[in-house]
Amino acid sequence: MAKPASNLAKSGNALMNWIDQRLPVTAFWNATMTGYFAPKNFNFWYYMGVLSLVILVMQILSGIFLTMHYKPSAVEAFASVEYIMRDVEWGWLIRYMHSTGASFFFIVIYLHMFRSFLYGSHRAPRELVWIFGMMIYLALMAEAFMGYVLPWGQMSYWGAQVIINLFGAIPTIGEPLTEWIRGDYFISDATLNRFFALHVIALPLAILGLVLMHLVALRENGSNNPDGIEIKANKDENGIPLDGIPFHPYYTIKDLFGISMFLLVFAFVIFFWPEAGGLFLEHDNFVPADPLVTPTHIKPVWYFTPYYAILKAVPDKLMGVILMFAAVGILFFLPWLDRSPVKSIRYKGAWYKVMLGLFAIAFVRLGMLGMSEGTPEQTIEMRVWTFVYFSFFILLFFLSPRASTKPLPERVTH
Amino acid sequence: MPTDGVNKKRRRFLVATTSAVGAVGAGFAAVPFIKSWNPSAKAQAVGAPVQVSLHGLKPGQIMKVQWRGQTIGVLRRSRETLDLLPEVDAELRDPQSLESEQPPFAQNEARSLNSEYLVVNMHCTHLGCVPQLIPQVGPQPFQEDWKGGFFCPCHKSKFDMAGRVYKGVPAPANLRIPPYSFLDNQTLVIGVNPEGAV
Amino acid sequence: MNKNILLALCGLLAVLAISTNSFASSEGALMHANVNVRDTAASQRGARLFVNYCLSCHAASYMRYNRLAEDLGLGEDLVMENLVFADAKIGDTMEVAMRPADAVSWLGKEPPNLSLVARSRGADWLYTYFLTFYRDENGGWNNLAFPNASMPHVLWQLQGIQQPVYATHDGQQVIDRLELAQPGLQTPAEYEETVRDLVTFLEYLGEPAEVKRKNVGIWVMLFLALFALLAYALKAEYWRDVH
Repeated sequence: MAKPASNLAKSGNALMNWIDQRLPVTAFWNATMTGYFAPKNFNFWYYMGVLSLVILVMQILSGIFLTMHYKPSAVEAFASVEYIMRDVEWGWLIRYMHSTGASFFFIVIYLHMFRSFLYGSHRAPRELVWIFGMMIYLALMAEAFMGYVLPWGQMSYWGAQVIINLFGAIPTIGEPLTEWIRGDYFISDATLNRFFALHVIALPLAILGLVLMHLVALRENGSNNPDGIEIKANKDENGIPLDGIPFHPYYTIKDLFGISMFLLVFAFVIFFWPEAGGLFLEHDNFVPADPLVTPTHIKPVWYFTPYYAILKAVPDKLMGVILMFAAVGILFFLPWLDRSPVKSIRYKGAWYKVMLGLFAIAFVRLGMLGMSEGTPEQTIEMRVWTFVYFSFFILLFFLSPRASTKPLPERVTH
Repeated sequence: MPTDGVNKKRRRFLVATTSAVGAVGAGFAAVPFIKSWNPSAKAQAVGAPVQVSLHGLKPGQIMKVQWRGQTIGVLRRSRETLDLLPEVDAELRDPQSLESEQPPFAQNEARSLNSEYLVVNMHCTHLGCVPQLIPQVGPQPFQEDWKGGFFCPCHKSKFDMAGRVYKGVPAPANLRIPPYSFLDNQTLVIGVNPEGAV
Repeated sequence: MNKNILLALCGLLAVLAISTNSFASSEGALMHANVNVRDTAASQRGARLFVNYCLSCHAASYMRYNRLAEDLGLGEDLVMENLVFADAKIGDTMEVAMRPADAVSWLGKEPPNLSLVARSRGADWLYTYFLTFYRDENGGWNNLAFPNASMPHVLWQLQGIQQPVYATHDGQQVIDRLELAQPGLQTPAEYEETVRDLVTFLEYLGEPAEVKRKNVGIWVMLFLALFALLAYALKAEYWRDVH
């Protein structure tokens, strides 16, 4: 530095020294930001991690403020949501932030998970990053399900009815289990109140803890990258990966841009399309819950419909439940199912591109069918795509070690 | 990775500008959250002005209504009561109501718009208990020469028939007068001052 | 963008295009309401219609009179004089005078709260509903959008009475269209406008913040676009080091 430090800078340094002697702030900053090297070839798919963190923070913030006005009782819940929408200043905005955020959370998470399928981010030595991520996914699904019950509309009530009844399919313990979950003989105030407690406190704490573990596990080995090669294989004389760049300032700044683009899309939906045609805020949920009237068409919110389609595809109730849970459960094993010598789709053969393409189409198509009424033709189609979905994992296990691969580069490419 | 030849000025400018715009954005984003704490439309409706009919209220009688969670007393006073008010001035802490809370029109001896009616916030200015009205003139256990007024049972504070606090009691100020006005001579509106401003 | 991802997306789009639209409802086509919730005059007329024809049986209990006064530019005095009946105050919610017990004994069921009907049914459905009442074979009121609805055609004096014209389809008698058998106080064109006014008001009723939401949204988008531009410039500048 050519200039001598100003007095303000000197005081700032002194303050940081005082803090650092008592709390390792600077050391932490250096270890995780300026001294942490990430591959320089991150692309679009690599925004999803920080975006999901941003959404998590927004959900917590908007959620806290909603809790200030929401009433978690069967008698008052629906009216309290309308109170927020109409009587609380800017309440409508906070509500839309939360409902839109929930759907965007899943869009981002599905893209985040798909990145793993593309580049093998779940492969050794990052299996635990994937496992913690899957646990976050499970917790998130529970969080979203319970959150949707809280407005106590027709879909809230009947969706809860259907999903909790699924547990009744389990032999012997099924019925007592559903009664224990509900806290009553039917979905009632008791159910709503406990879902509120879980949604507001228990699950957010669990999610925060799991996200912390997810990040610590990630930091242990560093990020993967679109070429699927380890940047630590090529280091310079200082031990810094040749293809690595310090997370700060390069990825903090790049992520800021990614966040701003995300916010543009997010804001568009909040302000101009909050219902998203009935996908984010379902029309039936604007009718208060009525135990005597079943909606003509009960379906879960869009982010659950792929699994719901798998459930509906199977004629037997118990087998349907098992297969539905298996569809999520099999994801846990992904790090060990993919036995290819290369991680990234870029260096796997065309077989993987076809299979992954079909898998993605299956997931989307199942999602669409999960929202449908389930005509005989649609049921056949659901079965076809369910078969494709599971085939992906089975074929992956058997084909991956044998299939031909392209030679890996020494250094990262684009 | 080359770091020489870096345009430091441009970087500083971009960082500063982006940070500034970001900070402004964050400020705007905070506004809805902060404003959501304001009294909602429901609270405003419940806290709305209260109309009181004075029909049937006799001199020496008090009627109590709720306004914004406070007990408001409407006391009808006789000529004799009003004449006695100046006589206790010497025993009062703030006879001119210079330090107490009342609308401008109530800063007078009778502390009211129309001296026949006292509209007063019944919560003792000490710790909020509601004093008893003891309008009759005569000896009381707590004062030999009682000229009528309010007596607070909690810590024995005393107020006169205009809600003015006596010296030597725990309460620090005269009873508060809320905003109010007359719709007609038999109807009171508590919560709205005569000009219409609250 | 990665060539493979592009290919995948094309495949996805192809699938979506070919596949039958699972989102469409299985009901018949609805008429287009074409409401413009920014048309305050229409909302005002709709408010008057609502109070006169609907509020005696249906509550709108999530809406307050003073909000109506402010959003629709009516002023509190006008609202108190023309829209508020009984001893309701300006800050009160739009309740119905009928007690729930009476509603059940007189009508068989408590008429639903209409505050959110535009969000659960949609403007097009409501528009179609008010236009397709007819007298059926049993001599009672029926409706094409809501078959066997228990509600009578409260606006019949304005529209007149429609009757069904049947046609044979696959050997079955189905309703082909409705015909105005007895004219009402309004011409069909006038009645359509009346219905549009009412539906405009109902859409406002469902989400009073709608106009404000969109207005604020424009500013937010402009601000975010500016911020995104700056963020990009900042990123590009620093990433010169990397490339």
